[in-house]
Amino acid sequence: MRSVQALVAAILFLSAASQVSLAAEKQGGILRVYHRDSPGSASIHEGATYSVNIPFMPVFNNLVIYKQDVAQNSPESIVPDLAESWAWSGDNKTLTFKLRQGVKWHDGKPFTSADVKCTFDMLMGKSPQKFRQNPRKSWYDQVSDVTPNGEFEVAFNLKRPQPALLALLASGYTPVYPCHVSPAEMRTHPIGTGPFKFVEFKANESIKLVRNPDYWKKGLPHLDGIEFTIIPNRSTAILAFVAGKFDMTFPTGISIPLLKDIKSQAPNAICVVAPTNVSTNIIVNSSAPPFDNLDIRRAMALALDRKAFISIMFEGQADIGGTMLPAPGGLWSMPKEMLETIPGYGPDVHANREEARKLMQKAGYGPDKHLAVKVSTRNIADYRDPAVILIDQLKSIYIDGELDMVETANWFPKIARKDYTLGLNLTGNAVDDPDQSFYENYSCHSERNYTNYCNPDIEKLFDQQSQETDVAKRKQLVWEIDKKLQEDVARPIIFHGRQGTCWQPYVKGVTVMVNSSYNGYRYEDVWLDK
Amino acid sequence: MLAYIVRRLVLMLITLFGISVIIFVLLHIVPGNIVDILFAAAGYVDPADRAHLEQELGFDQPLVVQYLHWIGGLLHGDLGYSYVSEKPALDEILPRIPITARLAGLALLFATSIGVPLGVISAVHQGTRLDYALRVLSLSGLSLPSFWLGLLILMASVALFGEIPIFNPNPKSFAEACAIYCIPAMAVGFRSAALVMRMTRSSMLEILRQDFIRTARAKGASDTAVNYRHALKNAILPVITVIGIEAAFLVGGLIVTETVFNIPGVARFLVEAIRWRDYPIVQNLVMLIAVVVVLTNFTVDMLYAALDPRIRYTD
Repeated sequence: MRSVQALVAAILFLSAASQVSLAAEKQGGILRVYHRDSPGSASIHEGATYSVNIPFMPVFNNLVIYKQDVAQNSPESIVPDLAESWAWSGDNKTLTFKLRQGVKWHDGKPFTSADVKCTFDMLMGKSPQKFRQNPRKSWYDQVSDVTPNGEFEVAFNLKRPQPALLALLASGYTPVYPCHVSPAEMRTHPIGTGPFKFVEFKANESIKLVRNPDYWKKGLPHLDGIEFTIIPNRSTAILAFVAGKFDMTFPTGISIPLLKDIKSQAPNAICVVAPTNVSTNIIVNSSAPPFDNLDIRRAMALALDRKAFISIMFEGQADIGGTMLPAPGGLWSMPKEMLETIPGYGPDVHANREEARKLMQKAGYGPDKHLAVKVSTRNIADYRDPAVILIDQLKSIYIDGELDMVETANWFPKIARKDYTLGLNLTGNAVDDPDQSFYENYSCHSERNYTNYCNPDIEKLFDQQSQETDVAKRKQLVWEIDKKLQEDVARPIIFHGRQGTCWQPYVKGVTVMVNSSYNGYRYEDVWLDK
Repeated sequence: MLAYIVRRLVLMLITLFGISVIIFVLLHIVPGNIVDILFAAAGYVDPADRAHLEQELGFDQPLVVQYLHWIGGLLHGDLGYSYVSEKPALDEILPRIPITARLAGLALLFATSIGVPLGVISAVHQGTRLDYALRVLSLSGLSLPSFWLGLLILMASVALFGEIPIFNPNPKSFAEACAIYCIPAMAVGFRSAALVMRMTRSSMLEILRQDFIRTARAKGASDTAVNYRHALKNAILPVITVIGIEAAFLVGGLIVTETVFNIPGVARFLVEAIRWRDYPIVQNLVMLIAVVVVLTNFTVDMLYAALDPRIRYTD
């Protein structure tokens, strides 16, 4: 009798579960999201801000992609997308993708290996067609060429092994573009193979996407469309979300204090705080006095009270680390015990500052002779606020900082031509991988190495870790490099920020990624339970 | 009168030419252009790519050539292409004009219909509690920044009604369509109403002390007739000047209101275009605003001449 009851109960449970599952993923509805600003164009490859990725990533597919419902990007979470599978050659110098067949671009043309070749030839600057700007060209420095083998296979031939290439290809920044559409058209009317088709982009107004009924993943996407309304005023945007005009806030666009406001006004809203993999750091012009003196640079690094920054700006919700994003979000950060051995990272701020003052006195400064410097930064709150705290902290070691606010248009040209002494900068990482971070920000010849830091020994270690296929060994190398970068005061990292994302309770299937703000916006799994 | 109009028209053309030169020079003096911004956003500067883009956008030409190219195009109705959206500038600007015009018109209507009668009432009841209350109201209108008032309105709407009256291109009802324009118009028009009210009051007070008003009263004219037919008619000239100035201000000065209420009008678009150094948009929009301002001044001058014959005879 009991077994019969158990059987009936099991049948009832399964039936209920299947109903839940049927009810769980409802089709239809428009997801309404507000957008923080008007992107410069619709072309992801020409963009360098996630303001472009968020609305346009749903239009495209990559060869491979980070699994969209896994919060932490890692080699294990990379899954096939337009590629059905991939394989490394024995010498790790060729990465071959077998491509999906029967996939169509939104204009009906078939997707083939020629499109992959076109896309990456353009990214490598080898194509007669050029992007207006190509900010991630350096990602493919180790790729010698991309060769199609038939219509549905393509091989990336590398100059040397680079296991991180797969991670770069999985980023939201790496969609495959169609060969038959020019870069200029892609900036205004993007054509992809993704779950949503582009409808219109009205600058400063809205971006509209509609469901792709021919999407190669059957049954997806769940939504009929996505509408992004551009609302640059944050107060208006948040009030509109609270009033129910939007289903979701701009991803990772809510600061911790604002998050509290939202929760108090819309207690049912679901809010998640996650690291953005954007570090706030100090850029020091080490090629000109006074910061050509290593003692002064070290003193400055010792003066930092990182916890104070985090407490003031994030109410304690941010992370202290080196170049790589700290755990548990980040995959490559050095252990806490190792981090605390680096000068300035120890818990005793008073002792650190005492040591800093001694270094300053050795360099000829003291209570009667302060060092006056301009602290340059972009004139937006995310830059300006920490710069003000930095100036306050530097006072404790006889450095009198004067805030030099630079308009956005002039900020990067200014620091690229090294026209600054001390600056406060934010550095975002699209992929939680050392190759992207190290080469871009610390390599001798990188255009984004704003501090002129150049260390041939470290450069060798960059290449060594980049070629290492054993993850554990690579991690050891990465920790060693990161520690050395902090000890050299190459670009002192103050903190890694966190930001919030909120959505209405009926929005389902949203995953906020914890080690990148650039890769999780495909939206094909999102659905509305209403 | 004809000579007066011709003189004003010639002056108007000279002013517009001067403005076009000033706009162009100022815009090119400001450090950074769109190429800087595009590469700045990417945090990446490749000199070859940069030179290629500058050539593509015509920045390698001498400034005089660039100016003549712009003015030549403008005279032929060719406003060029937006550097950002890569669409014709005219297509970007035109749809935004009615939005701003509607908002500015409603704000002006609100300012005039509230400011003038309240100014008259305040002057007629000088020194009474009503006068003090209206003066406090006008003072608060001048003191409250419109962005703050706008935000207060939005917060109150959300808190009290669970609704937010921000711009919606497809309003579901007439009431919503009304709300998305009228509420911002009131927020921005409150300041103008206060200004018009104060000007009407002081002008009325001056007129109400004139002999001909006393004569009118002695002749037994009613209060309404004295106040509106005799006094207001004579007090209205400075008020028209203020309304003209406010109208000109509203065309380009709606930036804060358009931002707070998320209205995709000309003013917000202009600020975005300046941020991107989108020269074709900025130059043509500022020129458009200049034309509106100059035309408004011209209209005010004509109204002056029509209302006060002394002006057209002595000018």
